[in-house]
Amino acid sequence: MTMPLNPTPLNKTLLARASARLGPQLSLGLGLIALAVLLALPLLHLLPADNSWQVSAYTLTLVGKILCYAIVALALDLVWGYAGLLSLGHGLFFALGGYAMGMYLMRQSAGEGLPAFMQFLSWSQLPWYWSGTQSFLWTLCLVVLAPGLLALVFGFFAFRSRIKGVYFSIMTQALTFAAMLLFFRNETGFGGNNGFTDFKRILGFDITAQGTRAVLFLATVTLLLGSLYLGWKLARSKFGRVLTALRDAENRLMFCGYDPRGYKLFIWVLSAVLCGLAGALYVPQVGIINPSEMSPTNSIEAAIWVALGGRGTLIGPLLGAGLVNGMKSWFTVAFPEYWLFALGLLFILVTLLLPAGVIGLLKRKAQ
Amino acid sequence: MRATPTPDLMLEPAFDPAGSARDAIGASQAAVQGLNVRHGTILTLEDINVSFDGFKALNNLNLYIGVGELRCIIGPNGAGKTTLMDVITGKTRPDSGVAYFGETLDLTQMSEVEIAQSGIGRKFQKPTVFEALTVFENLELAQKTNKSVWASLRATLSSAQKERIDEVLHTIKLEAARNRQAGLLSHGQKQFLEIGMLLMQDPQLLLLDEPVAGMTDAETEFTAELFKSLARRHSLMVVEHDMGFVGSIADHVTVLHQGSVLAEGALEEVQTNERVIEVYLGR
Repeated sequence: MTMPLNPTPLNKTLLARASARLGPQLSLGLGLIALAVLLALPLLHLLPADNSWQVSAYTLTLVGKILCYAIVALALDLVWGYAGLLSLGHGLFFALGGYAMGMYLMRQSAGEGLPAFMQFLSWSQLPWYWSGTQSFLWTLCLVVLAPGLLALVFGFFAFRSRIKGVYFSIMTQALTFAAMLLFFRNETGFGGNNGFTDFKRILGFDITAQGTRAVLFLATVTLLLGSLYLGWKLARSKFGRVLTALRDAENRLMFCGYDPRGYKLFIWVLSAVLCGLAGALYVPQVGIINPSEMSPTNSIEAAIWVALGGRGTLIGPLLGAGLVNGMKSWFTVAFPEYWLFALGLLFILVTLLLPAGVIGLLKRKAQ
Repeated sequence: MRATPTPDLMLEPAFDPAGSARDAIGASQAAVQGLNVRHGTILTLEDINVSFDGFKALNNLNLYIGVGELRCIIGPNGAGKTTLMDVITGKTRPDSGVAYFGETLDLTQMSEVEIAQSGIGRKFQKPTVFEALTVFENLELAQKTNKSVWASLRATLSSAQKERIDEVLHTIKLEAARNRQAGLLSHGQKQFLEIGMLLMQDPQLLLLDEPVAGMTDAETEFTAELFKSLARRHSLMVVEHDMGFVGSIADHVTVLHQGSVLAEGALEEVQTNERVIEVYLGR
């Protein structure tokens, strides 16, 4: 006479079906809301400062920064989650894109003269690799080429020598560490440990103007959406399935007649270029780039974003980057000295309890 | 029970187009196109030596496999059976010796991928499938097609390719599991899926390392039928411990011992060979 409290198998399958239908709709709805918020933020920033709806430059910059990190997380997930290559050096590609943009911004600030740090070192002329950096177009090429070529050369040799697993991770880590040491030197010509800062103009516009900030923010949102679309297309293509196969059974794939090197190299370079683009958008928003961006801890943190959000999914890394960086901003204000402990604890907990990340947890809940 | 081996089969592969099963397994597709097998030998191994830190895994091994032949390789543990497969597929380079696929392809100069693309398929001892992908997707990836990065980026399945996958799904009896994740299959089903992947690849020479390990009797029997129907249009080299299975399929048996061929011939001949009894059957 009363309904049984325990779901019968039939009820269970109905529930599962309903949630399976609801799942995509729900996530699509949430995604659209998130997108609407992201598009509203820069517009609200344009309001006059005394308006209570105005979004402060601090908030806009913070969210913009997190969006750049989200692109890095997505790029890292493409190589780690899909192709099984854990890179602990993605911060390097990010920083290279950032430095390329920084060179242009320094030239904009310096006008006809030398950038301030070079005058300080009493250099009389620009090093050869600075030539052309006054051009925005060439800078965009550099943003793609610097990380892309480095990834191509490194990947070519690493994949040719069949370096994988933890050895690959260690080598990427060593690479970013070596680059950091190189960039710390004043003689390298990238501002030593101070890096680049004190930017004034971009394409002739005041870099701190509300309008410029709003446009940079929108450009970041566009890049994020573009990366998501690209990732989605790749994951659905046969290429994406080959990557998954490569991750799980590389030998089998080779005996099926696929050469894994080309597949790894393609996704590896693509991922590096995405990081470089994210870095190029990060620098004008945050207003500084220095070698600490290449420190191994930054790259490891990126891996934590991906692990926390959920590897091998497209939304997971975005969630992870948002959650960890949101927490970081809060922690570094509330309890600055405990942030690293909290991060470490978070990583341990996720590894032990949530092997599929937050996305895995949400999926399980949905079922 | 067992068909007596016909020696001339090795030299002149006769193709009997009758039987619908042959179409289902792709036997009606040209299998030997492009490969020069003028002398009726698909695989030639001469004086192959492989040693690992002084241990001679293969010792002056000579082996010839004819076009369309179904050859079983037996031998005690450590006889070099898996190393032999590694040499043929390019995973291990021989220290010395000659390895030819057909008349012209020097296997010692080719990479694993080139060897696979030239038409040698391999089934591993432990069933190895792409666990995160569905059964259908596993077969899709194995399909004989352009396997470059660019081709994969723009690949779509033609209706003929889909039909072929359906055929193979039918052959390996996994139609009902087509959308199931391969990692969730039973051990025997994984074995069949891997065999199905080889069928999709449509190789001229199939190397099968213990294909019936972990299979039920019914599955083993079915596999025997499948292999027999594959032979002639494809050449098969099967490494197996299950003597019952060997007896039910083999034309020709090669016994390996300490890295070289101890005996070769029909199973009865081999089983009555004094030296084989001594080292292998342990009497």
